[in-house]
Amino acid sequence: MTDYWSMLFVFVLATFIGLGVIRRVSRLLYTPLMSLTNAISAIAVVGSLVVAGADYPRMIRILGAVALFASMTNIVSGFLITDRMLKMFKKQ
Amino acid sequence: MTHAIAQLAAVVATALFIFALYWMNDPKTARRGVYAGVAGMLVAVLATWIQPEIVHHDWIVLAIAAGFVVGVPLSRVPLTAVPQRTALSHAFGGLAAGLVGTAEYYLWLRAGPEHFTTFRMVALVAEVILGFLTFTGSLMAAGKLQEVRWIPQRPVTYPGQNVVNLGVLGAAVVLGGALVLHPTAAWAGNLFPAVMGLALLFGVLLIIPIGGADMPTVISILNSYAGLSAVAMGFVLDNRLLVTAGALDGSSGLILSIIMCRAMNRSFTNVLFGAFGTVRKATAVAEQKEWKQETAEGAAQLLDQARLVVIIPGYGMAVAQAQHKVRELYDQLTKRGVTVKFAIHPVAGRMPGHMNVLLAEANIPYSALVEMDDINPEMPQCDVALVIGANDVVNPAARTVKGSPIYGMPIIDADKARTVLAIKRSKNPGFAGIDNELYVQDNTWMLFGDAKAVIGDLVKQFASGGLH
Repeated sequence: MTDYWSMLFVFVLATFIGLGVIRRVSRLLYTPLMSLTNAISAIAVVGSLVVAGADYPRMIRILGAVALFASMTNIVSGFLITDRMLKMFKKQ
Repeated sequence: MTHAIAQLAAVVATALFIFALYWMNDPKTARRGVYAGVAGMLVAVLATWIQPEIVHHDWIVLAIAAGFVVGVPLSRVPLTAVPQRTALSHAFGGLAAGLVGTAEYYLWLRAGPEHFTTFRMVALVAEVILGFLTFTGSLMAAGKLQEVRWIPQRPVTYPGQNVVNLGVLGAAVVLGGALVLHPTAAWAGNLFPAVMGLALLFGVLLIIPIGGADMPTVISILNSYAGLSAVAMGFVLDNRLLVTAGALDGSSGLILSIIMCRAMNRSFTNVLFGAFGTVRKATAVAEQKEWKQETAEGAAQLLDQARLVVIIPGYGMAVAQAQHKVRELYDQLTKRGVTVKFAIHPVAGRMPGHMNVLLAEANIPYSALVEMDDINPEMPQCDVALVIGANDVVNPAARTVKGSPIYGMPIIDADKARTVLAIKRSKNPGFAGIDNELYVQDNTWMLFGDAKAVIGDLVKQFASGGLH
């Protein structure tokens, strides 16, 4: 059986770490921050991978493949555009 | 063995993601954050892909290739289109969560009802509702930002709107509750699409009454939802990495939402259910006075004689793509020994940080970009405040007019500058439909026209050597 309590524990701690770290993010960088966290939350890709690739019925795998496509799009465009924006920030 | 690798990869990826966000605290280290994020993602994907239960690789390769084909062009959009790209990516995030939840439900309904524990079903229903409402809500927001023709830009309101919206959400939650209690009932397989449909509908209804000025807050809230739907997916799949990464995204969206709400002196509920911008203001102060118009020549002279110029950009600068002309003006002025600073309001533009990115694109050093709270004490010493396509964020009504919808919102004190030059596209009130007293102040001079053209004219005045 899954240990649900430890999952909730992880969730609460990760949220507090997130709040602590995000609070320190430079105000200049809120737009790239949003595209970066967007790419990171496309970690849904690991769920989609299993659904698309395991030995499941065809219909289920189609849903998984579409989800995988959506997550991959976010990963690729999210990281690339974040880096593109960050390159532009120059002090002088 | 591969299972242990997956667990280790989850720990490593989580650490890398935390570092990625940590390095965003300074523009100097921020790019390192991107590399850490990419590394974390690679580790997570590879460790999952080598798991023995993954036996079909053809569709995976195809889906990943398609992700690159769509993702690469999406990362090259003009920076003025970044808000809609961001909204679109929230939509994709929500869609992925919703689809995976749907797939898991029907999978277990067919073979493996022992998976339907109450905890998991609650998470699954939350994942599907959050995922699909984020999907349509974000698509609507992206459509409004892109100014798609069949999506109205102005907030659409009707009597009883909040009752309808909450009713739809309530129905989705009640039906979802029935699924939690009886996940394998004969009707459950047919009820599930109804929950999906209601969530999709609620996403649309939620965004219909939202106006452009509220977009920074709404995008942040949708960001938070997309993160939470990933967390819910983690609970369903019993995957800690999904929970940690989703929680990081969720908390980021939450903090940005709070900052945006504070910058508008409004609450979450007020943004989502208040239909800002439809409220026509009660004051008629502005109607009694006349604009005073200034020529490019006169404005250039004013700027030339100033010691401190504060430029206050707004969404109008983004629409006109005027940031590069602004840079030329910045160069001309600094060359003549004028100190130029940019005053950035947290909600200027259509998403958090929008103005900073546009000005950075135009090569304006970020040391010249000053936050509202830091620039306001300096405004009385400012010789010329140059307002470029900003409206509500410099409207003194926020300080003085109790009945105004923006009353109480912190503003940039442009009105306290010795002289105000305001560039405005048309003589109509701004997006929120509120008159702005700043434009009729005794020390304010208006420059009407497209921001890019007007600033181009100003630059020409300097470049032609007419001034010295």
